[in-house]
Amino acid sequence: MSTARYWREIPHRYRLEASRCKQCGYIAYPHRLICPECQCREFVPITLKNTGTIETYTVIRVAPSQFVDQVPYAVAIVKLDDGVALTCQVADTDPSKLAIGKRVTLEFRRIQADGEAGVLAYGLKAVLQP
Amino acid sequence: MRDVAVIGLGMRKWGELWEQSLRTIFTEAAIDALDDAGVDRIDSMYIGCMSGGLFVGQEHLGSMLADYLGQRSLPATRVESACASGGLAVKSAYYEIASGASDVVLAAGVEKMTDVDGNASTYALATASDQEYEAYHGVTFPGLYAMIAHAHMKKYGTTKEQLAQVAVKNHANGSRNPLAQYPYKVDVKTVLESTLIADPLHILDCSPITDGAAAVLLASMDVAKKLAKGRPIVRIAGVGHSTDTIALHARKDLTFLEATQHAARKAYDMAKCGPGELDLVELHDCFTIAEICVIEALGLCERGQGGKAIDQKLTTADGKIPVNVSGGLKSKGHPVGATGVAQILEVAKHLRGEAGERQVKGARRGLTQNMGGTGGSSIVHILEVC
Ligand SMILES: [Zn+2]
Repeated sequence: MSTARYWREIPHRYRLEASRCKQCGYIAYPHRLICPECQCREFVPITLKNTGTIETYTVIRVAPSQFVDQVPYAVAIVKLDDGVALTCQVADTDPSKLAIGKRVTLEFRRIQADGEAGVLAYGLKAVLQP
Repeated sequence: MRDVAVIGLGMRKWGELWEQSLRTIFTEAAIDALDDAGVDRIDSMYIGCMSGGLFVGQEHLGSMLADYLGQRSLPATRVESACASGGLAVKSAYYEIASGASDVVLAAGVEKMTDVDGNASTYALATASDQEYEAYHGVTFPGLYAMIAHAHMKKYGTTKEQLAQVAVKNHANGSRNPLAQYPYKVDVKTVLESTLIADPLHILDCSPITDGAAAVLLASMDVAKKLAKGRPIVRIAGVGHSTDTIALHARKDLTFLEATQHAARKAYDMAKCGPGELDLVELHDCFTIAEICVIEALGLCERGQGGKAIDQKLTTADGKIPVNVSGGLKSKGHPVGATGVAQILEVAKHLRGEAGERQVKGARRGLTQNMGGTGGSSIVHILEVC
């Protein structure tokens, strides 16, 4: 991954920065220029809470090149308590413990092996709440 | 707009074609389509290809493939909508003729996937997802469909055995298709005991990596009548094309394919028919769960009842509405850019009565559905015998 792309994506990857549509309340994560619900172009910046619920999940056993050293690993769609859904890995988890509806917290972790530019790719992963 | 007919069909055996290049497999299929129609000059051509760049390092396919087809000085356009690129080529050719701009247009699809290793092809296919917000986290295409499957199982009680039954049906169908990559039967036990790729999907729930091409020649009805030589004329009666969010996680219902429902409604309206008036359907079973979700979105069964419809044998070759009698992507193979074109070719063969051992008897109207990504784009065509 290029250094420029990595740098550009830091605000939402590290800090859960999002924006709320002024007109209808739709939360855009990452930022958008136009609301897909009401076409409004004005947003208020917000920071999402890092807790949510597993909507669905899988365990990846055949991975793309940059992830082959991590298999098997769990991936989930997590609906954050603010109502926004995102895709992320579920770390430190026995796959048999995964289930739809389980509560998770997002934590800051390394995501990918070092990129071509030598930049470590970090981001958020979910961990099951005790 | 003018009526448009499918006048030429070209496709050869799909599989791991190590001795052949992208340009060769395309040209063979295209020549067969021209010969089938009895035509040697075309006005224009469209080629569906998802990723010449990542699979063989070749872009600019319009120029190259027109040249190798011996067609110079004509517009040739490569179109891309991930795994729906083939359907998009057919749609583009359709509108070029319907508008009156051209009379005879080739719509072809091609993908040469086995020149790269498994990790590289997994990477290439994952580019059809949201690169920055899905693929970044290591989710693969089987992984995304696996998450749809878990959501469907939780919401509607769909079972792994019902998923496996989709593979069993499509392989049984494909065993009667000499062009299929894997023309053999499998049973439920074999599917469930095959290697897990992304839970709950096993390798036999997934369509394979395939080299292949398919081509159809479209023409105005005037040209079609001149060239028919007594054969039935197949008309494109309905076209629908729609989109949904590229990221699966952004959908309101993870189990429902809205773009497919929307595209199908447009095609049904245009063809003035409904899901109960189809004789066969070729749909995008890139994974077994996809077929279950697509039959719901096409209205072949109630929402949420796709798994039960499989149990009730609704969609078998001798069922109420045969689905994927060609073997589908599952058994026939899935050279991503070619798939949507091969679906049109299969339905046209049945409507002409030329489908051999797997012929759906008396078929008069059929539907094709070709989908990109996790359903972020979907293209539906309805074909009829005139
Ligand atoms: Zn809004």
